[in-house]
Amino acid sequence: MQKTKTYVSDTVSRLKPSGIRRFFDLAASMEGVISLGVGEPDFITPWSVREACILSLEQGYTSYTANAGLWELRKEISDYLARRFHVLYDPADEIIVTVGASQALDVSLRAIVNPGDEVIVVEPSFVSYAPLVSLAGGVPIPIQTSGKHQFKLQPEQIEQVVTPKTKALIICSPNNPTGAVLNAEELMQIAHIVEKHDLLVISDEIYAELCYDEQYTSFPAIDRMRERTILINGFSKGFAMTGWRLGFIAAPRDFATAMLKIHQYTMMCAPTMAQYAAIEALQNGAADVEQMKKSYRQRRNFFVQSLNEIGLSCHMPGGAFYAFPSIQSTGMTSEQFAERLLLEEKVAVVPGHVFGRSGEGYIRCSYASSLEQLQEAIRRMKRFLERL
Amino acid sequence: MKLTEKEIEIVELLEKHARLPIDTMAKMVSLSVSEVEDIIKKLEEAKVIVQYATIVDWRKVDGHEGVTAMIDVKVTPKRGVGFDEVAERIYRFPEVKSVYLMSGAYDLSVVIEGRSMSEIAHFVSEKLSTLDSVISTTTHFILKKYKHDGTVFEQGDQDRRIVVAP
Ligand SMILES: Cc1ncc(COP(=O)(O)O)c(C=O)c1O
Repeated sequence: MQKTKTYVSDTVSRLKPSGIRRFFDLAASMEGVISLGVGEPDFITPWSVREACILSLEQGYTSYTANAGLWELRKEISDYLARRFHVLYDPADEIIVTVGASQALDVSLRAIVNPGDEVIVVEPSFVSYAPLVSLAGGVPIPIQTSGKHQFKLQPEQIEQVVTPKTKALIICSPNNPTGAVLNAEELMQIAHIVEKHDLLVISDEIYAELCYDEQYTSFPAIDRMRERTILINGFSKGFAMTGWRLGFIAAPRDFATAMLKIHQYTMMCAPTMAQYAAIEALQNGAADVEQMKKSYRQRRNFFVQSLNEIGLSCHMPGGAFYAFPSIQSTGMTSEQFAERLLLEEKVAVVPGHVFGRSGEGYIRCSYASSLEQLQEAIRRMKRFLERL
Repeated sequence: MKLTEKEIEIVELLEKHARLPIDTMAKMVSLSVSEVEDIIKKLEEAKVIVQYATIVDWRKVDGHEGVTAMIDVKVTPKRGVGFDEVAERIYRFPEVKSVYLMSGAYDLSVVIEGRSMSEIAHFVSEKLSTLDSVISTTTHFILKKYKHDGTVFEQGDQDRRIVVAP
């Protein structure tokens, strides 16, 4: 008998496929493309970390770990958070090791969202936030930050969208795709509004290690915010470990207990070999992280100044490894610009609108590429702009 | 000599890539081109930057494959000048590429390059062993260079990342 129904759920049917996908397919089919579209480090994971993983495999550590992750790793994460960000979490029941920050986000949202709850998403944003809110049964409520404010969330914008159904706010600093960093004072202003409306904050701090110009402030380090924050971080960006799929959640006991229920039934535990590697990363990786950070900062300085010189106005992003220049002077949409740049000069960038409405008029360029590639990309973009 | 953070950054960049264009470097460290030029000039004059050399893979050049050996040399130090005098006598030979004073089982580590093994054997027996203060030598020929001064020779450094990712 023929299938007669649509078997795919309504929630999933309504999800839009990621706008990045189309570009990926196009760029992947071409030769000689310089890709500034990659949202991950160009460094290979430091050798000492890879070596620690190999050793764990040789020793036969291939079974499941505790649901929340290896005790030794949780202790290291707890120490790391205290040492680097001055936030305290009990490794016994406030830290969960996850399959990337991605799973951490999913688990967090599912743990807190009731059907119809609203979750504020600050756009332009990482492409997964809104779909994850929807999948958890919630309603994503976008806020549009603006180039005028270097894409920093203005606290009053929260007030404009808060309703009695608002449950939580997702913030991400340093931000993907804009590179914007919120400093302590700006976070305090946000904290004030969060408290006033009794909201929860999911703070995605995956780029915290890559903050170039000022001391990084972790959201739960702000007065009274620890109790209403789910902190998400991981190893992908700072430690150059994207393929290992390892992240973590740190949250007050009641949240962590709820999240662990989901994690234990859906994931059991994060990959064991990656967990052993992560212990090495936290114990001995600081110098490698510092070295990589320095290299990103130099490339950022070069790339952003060069963009401005060729006529694409771009603020200096405080963190992550993205430049988010305006292409409004060309009169094109982000999509037209990105498509023509790819077809005519073989430089792949991501059109800003895929990260939210306020990303229109901008493109995301990752400067996590070799200096030679960045120099060549600038030459090609210059030629492209001169031809317009 | 105490260097500022930016000066150290410039030295580190040049150490990795001596031909990095000045204007690129200036952007990377957020200084002007003339400021970077001044810093480099100062560091050259102070001999912090000693030389700009090139790492060459001579194996790829027909007829220039050559041979490199590391020689452990035991010597008797001399009153007053210690090891310096004999080290100097050794490093003055142009075929000697480096000389280090070592802790441990021997005193000087000498790296020498020649066209053939017999050329190096000749140098060791005729020039090195015959020096008054040299007690003994142990010669190790290098069979393959994997990494030299921080540079890996055959690097499979293609970018394995997917072209566009979130
Ligand atoms: C803001 C942000 N959060 C989370 C992630 C996912 O990271 P992970 O590899 O840890 O799942 C990314 C990856 O691009 C990101 O940019």
